[in-house]
Amino acid sequence: MTLMSVENVGFAYGSGRRVLEDVSFAVPRGANVGLVGESGSGKSTLLRLMLGLDSPQQGQILFDGAPLEARDRTFIQGYRKRVQAVFQDPYSSLNPAHRIGRIVSEPLRSLKVPGDHRKMAEEAITSVGLSADTLDRFPHQFSGGQRQRIAIARAIVARPELVLADEAVSALDLSTRVRVVDLFQEISERMTMIFVSHDMGVVAALCDQMVVLDRGRIVEAGATAEILRNPQHAYTQSLLASIPRMPEGPVTP
Amino acid sequence: MMSDLLTVRGLTLATPDKVLVEGLSFSIAPGERFGLIGESGSGKSLTSLAVTGLLAPSIRPAGSITLAGKEIIGAPEKRLVRMRGDAVATVFQEPLTALDPLMPLGRQIAGPVRRRLKRKGQEAGRVAVAREVRSLLELVRLPEPERLIRSYPHEVSGGQRQRVAIAMALACQPRLLIADEPTTALDVTTQAEIVRLITSLVEELGIALLFISHDLAVVGQVAESVMVMRDGRMIETGPAEQVLTRPEDSYTRSLVAAARRFDEALEGQP
Repeated sequence: MTLMSVENVGFAYGSGRRVLEDVSFAVPRGANVGLVGESGSGKSTLLRLMLGLDSPQQGQILFDGAPLEARDRTFIQGYRKRVQAVFQDPYSSLNPAHRIGRIVSEPLRSLKVPGDHRKMAEEAITSVGLSADTLDRFPHQFSGGQRQRIAIARAIVARPELVLADEAVSALDLSTRVRVVDLFQEISERMTMIFVSHDMGVVAALCDQMVVLDRGRIVEAGATAEILRNPQHAYTQSLLASIPRMPEGPVTP
Repeated sequence: MMSDLLTVRGLTLATPDKVLVEGLSFSIAPGERFGLIGESGSGKSLTSLAVTGLLAPSIRPAGSITLAGKEIIGAPEKRLVRMRGDAVATVFQEPLTALDPLMPLGRQIAGPVRRRLKRKGQEAGRVAVAREVRSLLELVRLPEPERLIRSYPHEVSGGQRQRVAIAMALACQPRLLIADEPTTALDVTTQAEIVRLITSLVEELGIALLFISHDLAVVGQVAESVMVMRDGRMIETGPAEQVLTRPEDSYTRSLVAAARRFDEALEGQP
């Protein structure tokens, strides 16, 4: 069953050049879809449209069968309960003046979710591998990786159906990145995820399906394993060939 | 044996309340490609700033850094300025901040060219400088040099800006090129081109390279020998092939395993 479907979407900022042209793909419920592209591919614009921050000028985006209406406040209010986001920079996405408890439970308050918010925040923070007393502290007391865990806790606290992650591990150090990828993998078993990234390795590790964007168009889409094994489009081929690999040699884990 | 171009002995960098780099020793031979690997906070960029004598005044260096036979630590600014032109030049991560946004690219490259010609007592008139700028643009494989010379930084792509930054660094004819995360801000296809360019240029010109990066695979493509740093200390050093395939230290092993995990995912083994 399709949870989100992007249908023939086109978009341009002002009277400028089209940044998205006839983009179509479907996100099945429970799937993990990677949106891959380099700078200028249109992936960030597509993410804005999927978050309902802007409306496509051509085509439409359907969520659970209903068209996403960015200007319809009631629709967006309901949409926010079901869709949450994790952004790239955990230093700018957490309010430094608020305690972690307030940050993590913010979606519960703004979406007027009934129930014991403190308890729900505790559940969310422990499910990302941090202790419950984290909630009483401030963002500056945590490292980049821990902050990204906090951002993930905030994204999942209201139990959304879909999580949109925008370069959510790109700013992290390698050792931290591996652990946060593990966490996303764990979370993705419980919900649908769209992972926007320029990093093919991360998408390959996380997503069962992948959409490759180049200059506003989809050049290739399908099962990740299939695309990695047998990339069809010249752009995908050059992207894969450009990724630096570790030198061959004995593996010493 | 040839004497080393750069020798760092017992380098310690500290602010009044914190030690940032401690007891670091390594050396780079003329023409050698040396990789410095570290995550954020490892002290790798501070080490490169210390080598060029560009540390913030609040950071006190101790130990010894000799570059082309001259001591850097405690050297007067006048000598450091000359050395930065003669012996060492740096390419930084973000070419947009390294370049002046209000000056055409040709004039930005001309600056270090003119200084070098004057320093060497050569003809530094407009024609000589312009000729040199053009040959540098060719050296870094930039197309349409005539257009580029007149362009401003925002009018060209990120990869082209980094090529201009490399041209400016090479304009000094340094014996050591420091590249501090030179491809981190670039797309992966552009990164591959810049890595190839840097590697072939240092080989072609016979200059030594200090390549600093958090990306093990990129360092593996560039460097002959590597050093891994963590929290201001050296963790492991040796030939690149050995450290990246048969690491001895547990921290290096965890880094290598993490890098390999994404490689394996790309091979279809998630």
